Formats: sequence, structure tokens, C-alpha cells
Amino acid sequence: MSTFMQLTINGAGSGAVFALLALGFVIIYRASGAVNFAHGSLVLVAGYITVRAQESMGITVAAILGVLGAGVLAVIIERVLVARTRGGDPIALVLLTIGVDVVIVEEVARRLGSSAPFVRVPWANEVIHVGQITVLKGQIVALCFGLVIIAVLFALFRFTGWGLAMRAQAEHREAAALMGVRNTQVTAAAWLIAGVLAGIAVLFLATPDFAGGGVSRATHSLVLVAFPAAIIGGLDSTNGAVIGGFIVGLTGAYSQQYVSFEFARVAVYLVMLAVLVVRPSGLFGTKEVQRV
Amino acid sequence: MQRRVVPMLSASGLVVGYGANRSVLDRVDLSVPDSGVVAVLGSNGAGKSTLLRTLSGTLSFHGGALHDGQVKLDDRPIQRLSAASIARAGVVQVPEGRKIFAKMTVEENLRVGAVCTPPGRRASARERVMELFPRLAERLEQRAGLLSGGEQQMLAMGRAVMASPRVLLLDEPSLGLAPKLIEQIGDIVTEISAQGTPVVLVEQNAAMALRVAATAVVLEVGRVAMSGEAEQLKDSDGIHDLYLGGHSHPAAQDVDGEVEGEATDLPRRRLARWTA
Ligand SMILES: Nc1ncnc2c1ncn2[C@@H]1O[C@H](COP(=O)(O)OP(=O)(O)O)[C@@H](O)[C@H]1O
Ligand SMILES: [Mg+2]
Repeated sequence: MSTFMQLTINGAGSGAVFALLALGFVIIYRASGAVNFAHGSLVLVAGYITVRAQESMGITVAAILGVLGAGVLAVIIERVLVARTRGGDPIALVLLTIGVDVVIVEEVARRLGSSAPFVRVPWANEVIHVGQITVLKGQIVALCFGLVIIAVLFALFRFTGWGLAMRAQAEHREAAALMGVRNTQVTAAAWLIAGVLAGIAVLFLATPDFAGGGVSRATHSLVLVAFPAAIIGGLDSTNGAVIGGFIVGLTGAYSQQYVSFEFARVAVYLVMLAVLVVRPSGLFGTKEVQRV
Repeated sequence: MQRRVVPMLSASGLVVGYGANRSVLDRVDLSVPDSGVVAVLGSNGAGKSTLLRTLSGTLSFHGGALHDGQVKLDDRPIQRLSAASIARAGVVQVPEGRKIFAKMTVEENLRVGAVCTPPGRRASARERVMELFPRLAERLEQRAGLLSGGEQQMLAMGRAVMASPRVLLLDEPSLGLAPKLIEQIGDIVTEISAQGTPVVLVEQNAAMALRVAATAVVLEVGRVAMSGEAEQLKDSDGIHDLYLGGHSHPAAQDVDGEVEGEATDLPRRRLARWTA
């Protein structure tokens, strides 16, 4: 029983981080109508900025720089490249983001060389004992921090003018414009937020507690696990992204323990396929999504 | 009715097309005074929606473009502004087919309507909407997609009124509604205009439109075929035959023999036949 509790907490901690990444996919999908395959590169750039800056400036400032860096990079990608293809072929948009991803990842990997530095968060490598169970402090922090960010984000969507404008635009671009919503600003803001979420996620992903690897190509491939999270939840559903994130986190944790480490990698994709067979647009997605 | 000489919103010499079809509108003029209802009549495909899209700056959403002509709001050219800027300047359109935000609640739809209204004016706009559309007030927490057709039309109009428009553009609000509801929509349009908001009312239902309008223009394949006081137009032979159900035209059927429009809606039916 205590093993199960331990797995659940660890899985939920990872799940919260995957939820942040999946939310990024969903927010961008809703704003620009395409999956952002450059999301991994945003994570990597944020991680790279953070590890480079943490020696001289300390982790707090470094983390803020990394998060902002990812946000700004996301806006640049949107403004300079994605916005120009508006109304174009969604496939072209997907290929565009893949291209951007390759370029950025190669550049960061080149700069890193063979090193894979950890983001040096103060809670790394610590464990907490609660009764019989032992959990990594990093997973608890990820869970709490992730939940707070998700709550703030959902409050923004629900209660602020920007959030309303964004939801309105996702449903009907023209109708939103007719109410004075500036499509370009809302879309850029969506990418900014997705970038910021990616930047926050790497502060957990690239620590010893999470996957055992520092900022490297491996960090980038971890992001690919968040993609099934978004698909499982439904690409256009923010609720779905959160649920999907936790499903992925927990699936990974349980299958690693009860089956095997190798199977854990596959398990997430099996869950995704199972969901897609039953509900082609994901658990919470709108049917219409399939047009892309 | 006494009207000022300078119109609030005016369009002149509009030439508008979609892609290769460059003259869906062919030198169309329209003048909207600062009070009252202007009806834009015409059969299916005449260019009514295209005219409204030109005024609201939403042609680009449909792959359309303005090739010539000018749209002015109080003497200021606005045809190069974005749709959002035009809306913020006070020209607010309810698009064809309502286009409410189906996944949001009624309340949220209305709040979207007011996102660009200064916070100080929102409360009074809301009050106005609640009075104009008591049915919406009863359904604020309901998901908009679950409303009936009539309620969705009211929501679309209410959302636009939330923006405190200077001019309201309505694209076929009666479409698909039962006769009783059409009457009601007509009354609401009258009320909105009586409260001081001029309205451009695009309709195929000429009976309703001419009842509430002070002036009207009739579009025929992208040109203004007739224009004038609504009273006079109502009595003119052409309008009577073609739009108010005088006698049906000999060349009545569509090519494929189908009759477009709502089966319950007689005037529309006649009109659709005439189209062919
Ligand atoms: N998005 C579009 N793309 C291409 N042609 C269009 C589009 N919208 C309308 N048209 C054409 O423009 C003409 C006028 O259409 P429209 O303005 O919708 O007429 P109405 O609203 O009077 O029924 C029609 O011939 C129609 O086929
Ligand atoms: Mg139309």
C-alpha cells in the first residue's frame, strides 16, 4: 500500500509538470490552429538559459530569465513565422514548427556539447518521510507549484477580459473580432503563456528528481511525453490537458513499478491509442478538432 | 422624419469581390443616418452579407477584398481599419448565422460583447440588454449552444448591444425563425433604434424589414436596384411582387427544382424562387 501511495504522489508530481506542457500545446492549438512541434525547443532554451545563468546570478534570477526567454522565443516564433502562414495549410504550419524545433535543438545541443547540467533547484535530491512513505521533495514541490499555476491560469481564462477574449477567439475568430478582440494580440499572448509554461516545466524536468538527466536532448524528448497528454485530454480542451497530464504522469509511475521501466515508455502511448479508439477527439475534445 | 444631412456611417462606390470574382458588389452606396433603421433587402446572393462585411471590415475572414470605394464613420475613412478597430470605433455587426460562442454560457457571451467597452459603461449596457431580452436574463448560466434558435439570435444581438455600438449591423436576424419570433425580433430592432442606436438591417424578410425601417435599399446582383423611404418602397410594384408576395414570378424554380429557405416561411420561399 505504501508503495502505491508513493507512486501516486510521484506520478502526480510528474503529472502536474506534464499538465503544464500539455496546456501549452492546447493554448497554442486553440490560438493558431496547429500543434506546436517546437514546444520541446522552448523547454530546452529555457533550461539552457537557466543553467547558464544560475552560476553567476543564482537560481531564482536564472529561472526567471529562463522562463521569460522561453516566453519571448515563443512570441517571436509566432509573430515572425506562424502568423505569416495564417489561413494557410495546417500541414505547412506543422512542418514549420518542426523545422523551427530542429534548428533550435541543434543549436542548443551544439552549445551544450556533451554536458547535461542540472537546473540546481534548492529542493533537489531531498526526500520527505510521511509515516511509512518516502517521497521526493521535488515531486511534492512540482505538484503544489503545478496546481497553483494551473489554478491561476484557469482563473485568468474565466475571469479576465483577456481570458474571455482568448476563449471567444478559439471558438470563433471572426465573431470575436466583431466584438473588438484583436486577434493578433490574443494569439501572441497565448504563445507567450505557453512559452512561460514550458519555461516553468523545465525547472522540474531537468532536475535529478525527475528523470535523472540535466538539460540535454533528453529533456527535449521528455516533452514528447506531454504530447500524448494533450491528445488524451483533447487538443482543444484546457481541462483535458490537465487531466491528460496527470493520466500520463500516473501511468508512467505505476507501469514503471509494476511492469518494467521499458514498458513505462510505451504505456503512455498505449493509453493514448486506447483513448483515441474510444474517443477520437480525446476525453474532453470537441469533435470538430479533427479538421486539423 | 427629420434627419441630419451628414450621415453617421456611409459607404460610397464599393467594389468588392472574392478572389477571381471581383465585383460581387459593383459600386454600391449606402448611407446610414444617426437614427432609425435602414433596411437592406435583396434575394439570396445579392451581396447583402458582403456589404455588411465591408462595413465591419470582416471581408478578409471570407477571402474577400475591397477593390474600390470608401467607408466613412463621421467623415473618417475606416475601410482600412481591422475588424477589431472598426468594432471599437462603434460599428458592431451581428454576423449571418449568429455565431454565438456555443461553448460559453450566456453570461460569458455577453461579457465578451463588452470586453472592449470601458468598464464604467458595462453596467448600463448590461441593464439595457436585460430589458431588451428578458429571455436571456432567465438563462444566464446556460451554455449558449443549448439555446433555441430564437434565443441564440437574441444572444447574438444582446452580445452586440453589450459593446454599446454607435451603429448596429444585423445580418438576417429573422433567418430560420418562426413568424411570431420574427415579429418579436422586429419589435426589438425598433426598440434598439428608438433608444438612439441606428441599425442597418439586412433581411430577406422584406415584410418585417420594411415595417421597422425608415429607409431601405434593394440590392440586386451586387447593385443598388432601388432605394428610398421604406413607406414608398413598400407600395412600389416591384417590391410588392417580388418580396411581399404579390404574385409569384413565372421563372419561379431553381435550376434543380429545389426551393431554398425555411419551409414555414412563405415570403422567403417566394423570394428564393425569384432568385432562380
Ligand atoms: N466567402 C465567399 N467566397 C466566395 N464567394 C462568396 C463568398 N461569400 C459570398 N460569395 C458570393 O458573393 C455573392 C454575394 O453573396 P452574399 O453577400 O452572401 O449574398 P447575400 O447575403 O445577399 O445572400 C454570391 O454570389 C456568393 O456566392
Ligand atoms: Mg447573406
